[in-house]
Amino acid sequence: MRTGATAMQIRVNGVDHNIDAPPMSRLLDVLREDLRLTGVKEGCGEGECGACSVLIDAELVNSCLIPLLQVEGASITTIEGVANGDKLNAVQQAFLEYGGAQCGICTPGMILAAMTLLDRYPNPTLEQIKEGLAGNLCRCTGYMRIFEAVIHAVRE
Amino acid sequence: MYDINIDTKPPPLIGKSVPRKEGARKVTGQAQYVDDLRFPNMLYGATVRNPSRRGIIRNISFDPGVPWDEFTIVTAKDIPGKNYVALILNDQPFLANEITAHGEEAVVLLAHPDRYLIEEARRRVRIEVDPLPCVDSLADSLAKTQVIWGEDNIFKSYLMNKGDVDQGFAQADLIVEGEYETGAQEQLYIENNGMIAVANPEGVTVWGSMQCPYYVHKALIPLFNLPPEKIRIIQMETGGGFGGKEEYPSMIAGHAALLAWKSGKPVKLIYDRAEDMTATTKRHPSRTRHRTGVTHDGKLVAMEIDFDIDGGAYATLSAVVLSRGTIHAAGPYSCPNVRIRSRAFATTYPPHGAFRGFGAPQSIFALERQMNKVAAVLNLSPEEFRRRNFLHEGQSTATGQVIRENVDFEDLLFRTLELSHFHHHRETFDRANPTSTVKRGIGFATFMHGAGFTGSGEVALSSVVTVEATIEGKVRILAASTEIGQGTNTIFSQIAADALQIDYSLIELAQPDTSTVPNSGPTVASRTVMVVGKLVEAACIGLRQTLISSGLLAQTYTSEEFATGAAEYVENVGPLRASGEYKPPPNVFWNDETYQGDAYGAYAWAVYVAMVTVDPVTYEVRVDDFVAMQEIGKVIHPILAMGQIEGGVAQAIGFALYERVAWKNGRMANGQMTNYIMPTSADLPPIRVFFAENPYAYGPSGAKGIGELPMDGVAPAILNAIEHATGVAFNKIPLVPELVMEGLLAL
Repeated sequence: MRTGATAMQIRVNGVDHNIDAPPMSRLLDVLREDLRLTGVKEGCGEGECGACSVLIDAELVNSCLIPLLQVEGASITTIEGVANGDKLNAVQQAFLEYGGAQCGICTPGMILAAMTLLDRYPNPTLEQIKEGLAGNLCRCTGYMRIFEAVIHAVRE
Repeated sequence: MYDINIDTKPPPLIGKSVPRKEGARKVTGQAQYVDDLRFPNMLYGATVRNPSRRGIIRNISFDPGVPWDEFTIVTAKDIPGKNYVALILNDQPFLANEITAHGEEAVVLLAHPDRYLIEEARRRVRIEVDPLPCVDSLADSLAKTQVIWGEDNIFKSYLMNKGDVDQGFAQADLIVEGEYETGAQEQLYIENNGMIAVANPEGVTVWGSMQCPYYVHKALIPLFNLPPEKIRIIQMETGGGFGGKEEYPSMIAGHAALLAWKSGKPVKLIYDRAEDMTATTKRHPSRTRHRTGVTHDGKLVAMEIDFDIDGGAYATLSAVVLSRGTIHAAGPYSCPNVRIRSRAFATTYPPHGAFRGFGAPQSIFALERQMNKVAAVLNLSPEEFRRRNFLHEGQSTATGQVIRENVDFEDLLFRTLELSHFHHHRETFDRANPTSTVKRGIGFATFMHGAGFTGSGEVALSSVVTVEATIEGKVRILAASTEIGQGTNTIFSQIAADALQIDYSLIELAQPDTSTVPNSGPTVASRTVMVVGKLVEAACIGLRQTLISSGLLAQTYTSEEFATGAAEYVENVGPLRASGEYKPPPNVFWNDETYQGDAYGAYAWAVYVAMVTVDPVTYEVRVDDFVAMQEIGKVIHPILAMGQIEGGVAQAIGFALYERVAWKNGRMANGQMTNYIMPTSADLPPIRVFFAENPYAYGPSGAKGIGELPMDGVAPAILNAIEHATGVAFNKIPLVPELVMEGLLAL
């Protein structure tokens, strides 16, 4: 049961929010239910699939495993905070053009994972791409178009 | 006549990789899946399932300490209409009543406004079951240790005869036998199943994740005993299907709607991963026995195939899965004498169901392993043996279907072996393996996959697509065919834009909603492009002709002129609509009694090559390279087509090597992504995709179906490669390391 709500503050996509929720609430639920940021997806609820990936202070995490308590005062980025108005980020654009998204359910997490990967390795090798995305499962693409999209995001 | 305005026309889109129609919504997180919807006063639903196995439900009780008076509670007794999921045989109930046929069967439904409390409540409903005997294997089902379904535990059987197989064996110089098994496989779409329903005597509306809105529609009519027009099904963005959202969504929609009916409130019913994996359908496990007669010069003269599948506790789609597996069991080879016997058996597992390939991956796995075995006995290379037996134009398949396409399998095989450097690798590995610590191998499979419903199925469906002009002068496509990631929206838009000779941006897709779109059939069987796409094309041609005949559009026009003309028509004349209705290609014949005739309108033909490394210390198998060559008529969208093949190959690598359903007490014991292992980005080889094109006269711009094809040939190619690497003939998948160990230790 979701009892014992506490007031907490988190910053999401550059906006401060006061959240009234139990401290052990999953960050995933707070983002989806309290803030209606439904681009954050639940695939497995146990940290295996990466569909719920978000950035906490630029670090990629599975939001299904993070209690709200742990992100008090942190700055969180979800897929909704990636594009600049109508202008897609280079990774989003490349996913769109090169077939990186099929059913779209892993896509928000996968894009955030790709952005994190490119922060670490601005010119990644294929091995670095494979390793960097290995925590995000995709059942549609067989990952080949996703690799292709990441490679093109680097070029453009 | 010269088309003087040719330069003003938009360039043809077919063959171009235009951006996915709904792609921007997906990359920005704006796409709306069912779990993203929230209604005022909405309740959350949960399903309480049989915790035991087959048995008699003795008692249902509710533990104290839960405020049960706040809950909506539904059992079979609350069902207003018929308690069966309408499909083929109507034997599966929405809610078990008195008797439960398998573990995880739905018995009680709960709804409550607090989504956290509902989880706790689910665990505190006690369902007591007096056990009845179970049937855990094909062998037990066949032996009738217990009769659990019908008179003999057999949902369906087929007997297909071509020529005289006994006479064929009499002519054979050699007879080779083999037995092959495939396991269950979970579809594992990343979006779990889910539905939201609003239901009252005025009508039932359901929003959800699904492949086939009209299947759900059909199932809810008897459940509520309402007329068809009072049932409305709306598909939300759907996060993958692979067959797993073909028939089972009808069950979930029914459950959500029953809770909504009783509570008078909207009810959201979303499965978590564990429930989705343990309770919903999987690929049918199979066993195939081959007996193959050949002459010394390597010609097939007799094929006798016994193909059995495990259907689980209810009939669901087993009869049609069996049909496709049966028809594909003899593959793309010309053999004058063929006998195929096949059966779908009842067991006490949760029902198995649709999964990409639909029986064909199972029977093709067996065939392509058997072909290598026969080749070895004949002392021929696997490629030479196949070359001597490939089907050619004018020859007939096992159903007696005369191939009217100019199929050139020799060329396809030659090119693929070249592209994969097959001979070079084979020789290199043969030299290196005896002294190398790891063993490497290369193998291939040649196969075909028929697109569309089997036999007279498409005629029975008689699908319809409508297109209509909007007041803005755009054209909207109305079809029940769903976008589930494979690209329906995009490909239909390309076909429509080219047929109308207008810009891609002028095409819109109506959301699949049974109250507004016609029944274009289910989104299954590799039929969406080839069959429904052709109807999109026909409807668009009709709409264009209407507009031109009205005088509001000249014979040649720009996109802007079209939009102006269409908008004027809608404003001044009225609705501008046209439909395309399915008509079978000419000279197609099918006999449902004898299972002879033209099984499919067209086949895609393919050669897949796998290169592997087997580690004899860890018993791990790694696929190092994969080449997938296929002839699919015409490629409508290269990136989407490659994506279909790559995704299918990845899923089939999982089927071959990783994805083991561990059964314990009749239920899946590893219903978690942690211990049911699907391929990650780090596990896969380069998947190199090649297309050959040979346009099919009755597909849009010549396209054939491709969705299921890549599931078929991967596992046998990999096991053929593993046999090359190790010398061990493994014939059972998934070939997990434990089985590799067993095989290598037995050497």
